[in-house]
Amino acid sequence: MKIALTVNGEAVRAEVEPRLHLGDFLREHLSLTGTHLGCEHGVCGACTIRIDGALARACLVLAVQADGCRVETIEGLSDSGEIADLQKAFHERNALQCGYCTPGMLIAAQDLLLRESNPDRETIREHLSGNYCRCTGYHAIVDAIVTTANGRSG
Amino acid sequence: MKAPAFDYVRATTVAEVCALLAEHGPDARILAGGQSLLPAMNLRLASPSVLIDIGRISGLDAIEMRGDRLRIGALVRHQTVLRDGLVARHVPLLTEALRHVAHPAIRARGTIGGNLAHADPASELPACMVALQAVMLADSPRGTRRIAAEYFFTGLFQTALAPDEMLTAVDIPLTGGSWFFEEIARRSGDYAIVGLAALGSRLAFFSVGDRPVLRQAGEALALDPPDDLQATAAMRVHLAGVLRDRALLALGGRI
Ligand SMILES: Cc1cc2nc3c(=O)[nH]c(=O)nc-3n(C[C@H](O)[C@H](O)[C@H](O)COP(=O)(O)OP(=O)(O)OC[C@H]3O[C@@H](n4cnc5c(N)ncnc54)[C@H](O)[C@@H]3O)c2cc1C
Ligand code: FES
Ligand code: FES
Repeated sequence: MKIALTVNGEAVRAEVEPRLHLGDFLREHLSLTGTHLGCEHGVCGACTIRIDGALARACLVLAVQADGCRVETIEGLSDSGEIADLQKAFHERNALQCGYCTPGMLIAAQDLLLRESNPDRETIREHLSGNYCRCTGYHAIVDAIVTTANGRSG
Repeated sequence: MKAPAFDYVRATTVAEVCALLAEHGPDARILAGGQSLLPAMNLRLASPSVLIDIGRISGLDAIEMRGDRLRIGALVRHQTVLRDGLVARHVPLLTEALRHVAHPAIRARGTIGGNLAHADPASELPACMVALQAVMLADSPRGTRRIAAEYFFTGLFQTALAPDEMLTAVDIPLTGGSWFFEEIARRSGDYAIVGLAALGSRLAFFSVGDRPVLRQAGEALALDPPDDLQATAAMRVHLAGVLRDRALLALGGRI
């Protein structure tokens, strides 16, 4: 099936099989490997992206469903500078080790920060409840998000 | 894992969906938000040969007052209901329940119609609809059928929908009254081990049977819950009793 969408601001046209999920489309067809795949059934959050501005699991969206949509991945958010401060805070606070969860964490965290300028730790944890990290124990991730929120409002 | 191959049709009207369902029979499945169906297909627990995408059908994504009822279209996303002012004002039980449904990224895509049609006995929303005495609207070539929530959920992942019927909306009567919602889950966003949605004297338990279980306040619980990896049946019976007591305390005197 033919699809046309924008990915990180660029127009993309492709011919895909209906069974192809958006995560594989981004990784295999567009070489955007920052979108990680862990479980492929919606549980781990490693594949978190934005579709038309809203959070989504790339493993639970078919590429054909994204026809006509505006898709943004970690590459897009990084290149535009939108989350530069958040990335810096993750680095400084040691909020990543292996980095597998990090793209999804950053996108989920940014989603919260766009809506709430000063979320408390409980709200941050709640918003990240669908993103697993097997390395850090989450504490440093919450620290980094609090630091970013303070930086943006100060 | 990856989903097996299938054909994909993007429907533009409800009539087209019903016709496709009738044509393909049990091999076809409706695709709404995909947040239950696609995981099942990736795990190869489901392998439909045709997916009918209803995501772009217009007119099914509104929340509106209809006299003494609030109507929620089948394609309204969980997140939209959670943030909606009309729902918060008139059906706060539903707002509270949605905070417990999955995680933000899944709530951004999952639909109310998909959740109810999926009829997962561990889901919060079917129990809410039973407590609220909501009515499901189902369309087929024979017209629109109204099905009371109590009769809509017929078993494990089973509903009263006919093979060629599509859920288009749910009507919630605005009866007011005091309400209670609580669930016990290991982690935020997980399906509940046991949960309770109550309105007035109607207590609707979830995760304690193959469908929502309705009891009147004061009535014996007499539950026969499943034994699984999450909890034993005895633990569920105990927890259901705890939630019932908390509900009666919270609603105290008013029921
Ligand atoms: C990690 C994870 C955690 C979750 N946790 C929870 C939770 O705690 N509580 C909870 O309630 N849910 C949870 N969910 C499920 C989520 O709420 C789904 O969004 C919802 O159950 C299904 O909605 P959907 O629109 O995505 O439906 P789909 O996945 O598209 O469809 C589900 C089923 O309903 C059928 N269907 C869809 N729409 C219609 C219609 N209009 N008419 C007739 N049939 C239809 C489909 O054919 C399919 O069989 C979770 C999901 C994931 C991946
Ligand atoms: S790969 Fe999508 S949620 Fe795990
Ligand atoms: S840093 Fe390794 S999973 Fe989070």
